[in-house]
Amino acid sequence: MKMLRRMLLAVGLAAVALPGLAQETTPAMIAAAEKEGTVVWYTSVDVKVAESIKKAFNAQYPKIDVEVERSGSERVFQRINQEYQSNIHNVDVVNSSDASHFLFWKQQKWLAAHTPPDAARFAAQYRDPDGMYFAWRATLDCMAYNTNLVKESDAPKSYADLLDPKWKGKLVKAHPSYSGTSLTGTYALVKALGWDYFEKLAKNGVQQLQSTTAPPKTLASGERAVMVDGNEYNVFIEMDAKSPIKPIYAREGTPFVTSPTAIFAAAPHPNAARVFQNFLYSVKAQQILVDTGGQRSVHPDVKEPAGRTPLKDIKLLPDDAQGMLPQINDIKKRYTAIFGS
Amino acid sequence: MPFSIATATFMAALVLVPMGWLAVTSLRDDASKLFTLAHYRQLFVDPAFLKPLITTLWTSAAVGVLCLATAAPMAYLVARTDLPFKRLLRILVLASFVTPPFVGAFAWVLIGGPNAGLINQLYYALTGLKPFEADSLINIFSAWGMVFVMAFYTFPYVFTFVANSLDMIPSELEEASAIFGASPWRTAVHVTLPLAMPAILAGFIVAFLQSMTLFGVPAILALPAGVDTMTTKIWSLFQFPPQLGLAAAASLPLLLVTVVLLRTQQVIMGRRGYSIIGGKSTGVRPVKLGVWKLPALGLFAIVLGCSIVLPYAVLVRTAFVKNWAAPMAGNLSLEHWRFVFLEFSQTRAAFLNTFILGATAATAGTILVVTVGYLSLRRVVWGYRYLAFLATAPVAIPGIVLGVGLFLAYTHSPLVLYGTLAIIFLAYLTKEMPVGYQQVSASLKAVHPELEEAGRIFGATRLRTLWEITAPLIRNGVLATWILIFIGAIRELSATILLFTAKTKTISVSMFDLRESNDWGPIAVLSLTMLTLCFALIALVHHFTDRRRT
Repeated sequence: MKMLRRMLLAVGLAAVALPGLAQETTPAMIAAAEKEGTVVWYTSVDVKVAESIKKAFNAQYPKIDVEVERSGSERVFQRINQEYQSNIHNVDVVNSSDASHFLFWKQQKWLAAHTPPDAARFAAQYRDPDGMYFAWRATLDCMAYNTNLVKESDAPKSYADLLDPKWKGKLVKAHPSYSGTSLTGTYALVKALGWDYFEKLAKNGVQQLQSTTAPPKTLASGERAVMVDGNEYNVFIEMDAKSPIKPIYAREGTPFVTSPTAIFAAAPHPNAARVFQNFLYSVKAQQILVDTGGQRSVHPDVKEPAGRTPLKDIKLLPDDAQGMLPQINDIKKRYTAIFGS
Repeated sequence: MPFSIATATFMAALVLVPMGWLAVTSLRDDASKLFTLAHYRQLFVDPAFLKPLITTLWTSAAVGVLCLATAAPMAYLVARTDLPFKRLLRILVLASFVTPPFVGAFAWVLIGGPNAGLINQLYYALTGLKPFEADSLINIFSAWGMVFVMAFYTFPYVFTFVANSLDMIPSELEEASAIFGASPWRTAVHVTLPLAMPAILAGFIVAFLQSMTLFGVPAILALPAGVDTMTTKIWSLFQFPPQLGLAAAASLPLLLVTVVLLRTQQVIMGRRGYSIIGGKSTGVRPVKLGVWKLPALGLFAIVLGCSIVLPYAVLVRTAFVKNWAAPMAGNLSLEHWRFVFLEFSQTRAAFLNTFILGATAATAGTILVVTVGYLSLRRVVWGYRYLAFLATAPVAIPGIVLGVGLFLAYTHSPLVLYGTLAIIFLAYLTKEMPVGYQQVSASLKAVHPELEEAGRIFGATRLRTLWEITAPLIRNGVLATWILIFIGAIRELSATILLFTAKTKTISVSMFDLRESNDWGPIAVLSLTMLTLCFALIALVHHFTDRRRT
């Protein structure tokens, strides 16, 4: 009987797992997920945002624990690939701000198809046609400044402004070898401004950090005055905490970075992964991301908090995972040669 | 006999398997597996490797010089003069020794960041200058910042070497010099200094090697300035797709320099025979410092202030405020403690993993070194010398090199240990074996073989003698060994950073992950927890080794 039920369940899963067809969270799925007890989530989102998502999930599903493994996108990519090469299947759900990672994993046939009901309603450019990953969150890889250290009228308005010697020793930025947001941003900026720009920028004494979550914190502490690249969401989080910083949307445009999530086909907790993935795209989780996590959401029902510049008023440099994929190693190498590891 | 062969084989494998893979991998192409010298050529031609190599060499030498300049006089002051608070000062030096250098580096980011760092904030406030408009007093994010912070945590090596050797050198020669009318200064320079020279040189070498192989400090302080060292470079080669051949080749210079320098050090220390002449010393008559007392204490105050007092104060402050760069008033909060111990998912697993690793490595390591120590010191088996050599050989392998070797050896069949705690266990066991061996052999040497022989004469078997006579006598030494290995294991970063996976994270690695996103509050909380743990354990060691003396 038990056997039969499991078979039916498997057939059922296969049927609804067809690409494009949304798969609701069913009581059977929850029961199976609770039996698994845990979902392992590798993510590049700021560790406190990740833990707040976990908390909200636990409130709804107290019997399913979330193990958060937070690191930079490129590090998440390195860890998963290294684990898979050694036949270790530890990750259930992954989130990375380097959308090209999902192309790679999909090519390797490592991802499972599963469409959360909410994600089915996303605009086409935010959905994988085969239903494997979706734009869970989005942010800008933007500029920002410390309002105590720089007057609004003096603040740089463009990337070109940053080459002014008056900013020497005042700049801070993240590293594309660590952060997917920074990599996506670097790719867009190289396209818009050329490597030449970065070589000049390096001469202006940039403090080189790793994660894009770090520069807004450094800016808030007053250690540096102007952020060359970092997460817009951490800028918002700092502003909500009354830190003296403000984002800058550069004249040349600001890189727009989507950050998908996906379930691994060899996930050790497949049902918990599905319940969790569905939760991640729910209005509730998306609204938490936007309200307390400073993120942009592509969910049609999510409301932007007041006081943030709407995306439509910002000149965006869109991300292009397909175009970036073949160039990633070259970007990292050239960047490291200019700025160090 | 078969037992000692098994022990020897196991110990040989601990070192030879990872180092063998290191050699093989460095000599072949990553993809085709064909023989190539390309990795070595790139190492010595590509500026991306030459620059870190040069940085590593000059910064390590600078640390060595800095340590000598401060620690050798400090050791002299403690060993030979009437400096007050000697006992306390020795304890504080020990405290800087116990502090993991990467924890010190975290603290120094908060103290010496050029604009928000607390010292620079104070400097700007006092001078009326403004951050960014005037140059900061110190900029910790630089090669020199790294050199200073490394020196704060390596000077205890030089101090201990020189102080111990001065304790052992009879002071008669110096007293003779004083009787013949030489000033204390002249005596110190012309008599004491030459006598202590071997220890000073040995101390320099140890300081050089320590700084050369550190990973945490350069990653925290030099990378933000765009400066790479060999260890950060090797680490960065593990980004996906990992360049294993290059990483293996880049490990070799570190290994080579270590082996050569350690050999040099042995030769230098071996020549010390002339210093211990003429029976037991009648006790040192301390040199009177007089007006120099204050400047002497000043030297200690500066060095210990930088390595202990300031960093600890800043960590405590950071752990209990919301925003570390803001004034304390209205900023106090337990938020970071709540986050680390109630919300942060990794905390439980990291503590659990760290304790499991510490306990297993300490237990296995202690059993191993006690066995080897007994077999080799009592010359029970043929080839006992080789056993002792095998136990101490890993001292020549820098942590990150061991990490590369273990990674190469155990990420593929026949034995895949990557992803389990076992691979990190092997790293800790190998790395801590020499320390454990030193400690145990000191205890064993203190037990005269005659005691055991008496047991044998009365008809007891070797095992029974061991159990009823030797074991009780060395018990405290063995406990101290266990704790020392445990401490070494829980503060390890440079090998772990290459070997951990999400499931096998340790506290040190979790702290490093938090560093990459600048979450200083939680880092301070974890640092304080780790330090408290280390000091509690050190106090235990002290308790055990002290009882042994009485």
